[in-house]
Amino acid sequence: MSATPDNLLQVPLNDLHLALGARMVPFAGYSMPVQYPEGLMAEHKHTRTAAGLFDVSHMGQLRLVGPDAAAAFESLIPVDVIDLGLGKQRYGLLLNETGGIIDDLMFVNRDYAHGGDIFVIVNGACKVGDIAHIQAKIGNRCQVIPMPERALLALQGPQAVTALSRLAPGVEKLVFMTSGSFTVDTGAQKIEVFLTRSGYTGEDGFEISVDASDAMVLAKALLAQPEVKPIGLGARNSLRLEAGLPLYGNDINTTTTPVEAGLQWAIQKVRRAGGARMGGFPGADKILAQLGDEAGSVTRKRVGLKALARIPVREHVELQNQAGEHIGEVTSGLLGPTIDQPIAMGYVPPALATLGSLVNAIVRGKPVKMEVVTMPFVPTNYFRG
Amino acid sequence: MTIKYTPDHEWIKIDGDIGTVGITHHAQDALGDVVFVDLPEVGKTYAQKDPAAVVESVKAAADVYMPANGEVTEVNEALRDDPSLANSDPLGAGWFYKFKLANPADLDAFMDETSYTAFAADAH
Repeated sequence: MSATPDNLLQVPLNDLHLALGARMVPFAGYSMPVQYPEGLMAEHKHTRTAAGLFDVSHMGQLRLVGPDAAAAFESLIPVDVIDLGLGKQRYGLLLNETGGIIDDLMFVNRDYAHGGDIFVIVNGACKVGDIAHIQAKIGNRCQVIPMPERALLALQGPQAVTALSRLAPGVEKLVFMTSGSFTVDTGAQKIEVFLTRSGYTGEDGFEISVDASDAMVLAKALLAQPEVKPIGLGARNSLRLEAGLPLYGNDINTTTTPVEAGLQWAIQKVRRAGGARMGGFPGADKILAQLGDEAGSVTRKRVGLKALARIPVREHVELQNQAGEHIGEVTSGLLGPTIDQPIAMGYVPPALATLGSLVNAIVRGKPVKMEVVTMPFVPTNYFRG
Repeated sequence: MTIKYTPDHEWIKIDGDIGTVGITHHAQDALGDVVFVDLPEVGKTYAQKDPAAVVESVKAAADVYMPANGEVTEVNEALRDDPSLANSDPLGAGWFYKFKLANPADLDAFMDETSYTAFAADAH
């Protein structure tokens, strides 16, 4: 517990976090709330049963503007951008020349073909590098416009829609991974927001992009709803892990490919072998070989792991096979507050990446037996209409 | 009965040559909801500063160090079953283990309650 270093950036809601009694920690160069007085466990459970408000304003928001934006963006990610419907949101992965993941991101088609944009949200710790990368690679084909003037709030949980639709009627009609512009009426003020029905908890909910100058009024109006409590980054991590969602920097990085990370579902058919726009993204040769299951092309896979004993298994713990040989490492792990069992993600050789395989995690020198299980660990609760 | 505090946020209740060890209110507050403890082996001898126990919350793990040379005589099985006792009653029902001090004077250098309270306040 040290005092906040002066060189940390502050989010627009900094004063609110302090007033709510948050414990602030350095994260992605910002001073961020890791938990509020109720604590991680209560915050996690509240999000699973009611609604939690997360400040994720450290994340990067940017716009790609111009009629060529989708085709240009496709040269950086192995994802179908061109055919994404108006208002729809999709998950994407920025790749390097060896197919490693520079960052993972979400993007929305906001009618780039007719004067709108592709709206992109990237990880806070990666945003400076991402924007420089995108600018350098496709800045000559579309405008790359960072949006530091925007804050980002996430309202997550089964009652998120009840709380938000009270202030912004119409949001209840959105389905998972779609978006819209809405007016939030706080009673005292009308606030324009752009939001998506998505999130990082496995629950139904929304991510709300709002002008930084309106963020405080919006956050207070949401917290005034009876369903809503503030939730810190600690619970955000335990929620996303239970939902089986990878965390950039832990579970995926520049040395892991989408196929190794088990994210091949994010690569649509049109970009794969035989597709109309196959390849044409960084590292395509390697990724297409891995997708084609070419012998030896994949040496490790990300899997979900559940400990058979009630012993938490954390990141960087070594994984061994039954013969005691090193096979990989845990990349995220904790005692899941909802599942109430130790869960983890890690990388193992393909032969052991099958459901039911047993591996040993070496915790303080002693083997803890773990089983490869399906993810998500806790069933997701997305609203698909 | 004397209570001493270590700079690692452990407390030791001293009763003759038996020390009872736990984590302080400050330590449990910093860790958050405790979900797991690993307790030492009864009958095993530890040297001062050896990691004797482990306490984990959802977000963090911390070692509980042996405050002085000695042999572990008893561990808190109730804490193993319900690790949240370390949060709800850190100085009472949330104790970790008892040990027989090789040399009770080993603990003289640790803080008393007044000094520790000031130390923990500074640690914020």
